Amino acid sequence: MHELSLAQSMVEDIVAAARREGADRIVRIRLVVGALSGVDADAFEFAFPVAAEGTPAAGADLRIREVPLAVHCRDCGATTSPDPLLCRCETCGSAAVDVTAGRELKVEALEIHVPVG
Amino acid sequence: MCKDCGCESANARATGHGHPHPHPHPHDHAHPHPHDHAHAHDHPHDHDHAHDHDHPHGHAAEDGLRRIEMERSLLARNDEIAARNRAWLTSRGIVALNLISSPGSGKTRLLERTLDLLRGRLACAVVTGDLQTDNDARRLADRGAPVRQIETRSSCHLNAGHLRDVLPEVAPPGTRLLFIENVGNLVCPAAFDLGEHFKVALLSVTEGEDKPLKYPTLFSAAQIAILTKTDLIPALDWNLAECRKALQAVHPGMFVFELSAKTGAGMDGWIDYLVRLAG
Repeated sequence: MHELSLAQSMVEDIVAAARREGADRIVRIRLVVGALSGVDADAFEFAFPVAAEGTPAAGADLRIREVPLAVHCRDCGATTSPDPLLCRCETCGSAAVDVTAGRELKVEALEIHVPVG
Repeated sequence: MCKDCGCESANARATGHGHPHPHPHPHDHAHPHPHDHAHAHDHPHDHDHAHDHDHPHGHAAEDGLRRIEMERSLLARNDEIAARNRAWLTSRGIVALNLISSPGSGKTRLLERTLDLLRGRLACAVVTGDLQTDNDARRLADRGAPVRQIETRSSCHLNAGHLRDVLPEVAPPGTRLLFIENVGNLVCPAAFDLGEHFKVALLSVTEGEDKPLKYPTLFSAAQIAILTKTDLIPALDWNLAECRKALQAVHPGMFVFELSAKTGAGMDGWIDYLVRLAG
């Protein structure tokens, strides 16, 4: 449900960044979405064209890379990827784990078009 | 496919960033930039100079297509405002709790009872968010604490800007505890830092015992869980042990209160905890 407001905020940020580089158009957006980020990739893909309409990001190719949850176990040292999203080591069952991946929600990179000349 | 950026080789040609890859230059130095102009007034807002010192670094290209590295969180703007809210609150000795739950799990009822029990003991303030109506603010009024309703209209969550706009007004000097009653929603509010010190997840016993497993984003982010409406347990086929197990599975070591704001059972432990937090 909040994907639209996040998409709008992303569009503002990437349009500002692209303009600073002299771009007239954003061609591709590389977005990283973690399993624990609270964002649904499908909902974001649905919201993005609405947020981008009428901006230099309109029509950009949105590439979403989903990052699974990863937890590092303080007891056995294993790094596992529990599914469903439980904070428990899949190797030894310990609850003494630290989340090492899965909270990401960021634009990694843009591909932009800069007019030549 | 390129290992560094996942691009197809055709794209590598199209974007002009042929191999070997130029290194990414993350350049995510945040540049906090304290604004030194004198602030006569005492607001946590930033006067809209959103200095986003991202410095994306481009790659040279001949055909006009370039790749720039961003490494910028989608929540960066919100998080910057939230950090200022938190600094504002902390510098005034105010502890802020962000209450998040499904609609109807008893946030407002718990706050009514909490304000009544803390009246005369601790100076509290409340910000309450809903899509529309000020019904909650009216329920919470006249209990000895300033209350401010935020109507988010179409938005399913409060964001840090909402809180910033009301902070100086709702939390006068001397305030010790600020309760933020978020919009009833178990998903979206978990993603938005408001500048609170603690997220509190409420779960009523009329909801499923396995709700923490179904909504791990909130229950892994909240430091405190409150099981509400425990007076209804005898009438329901509800397994308390299973719910405790689900909470610990999603968030090992999570601090859990079990209470009924209606009968008052379990309220003492919650109130004592709040008094210690504010102390």
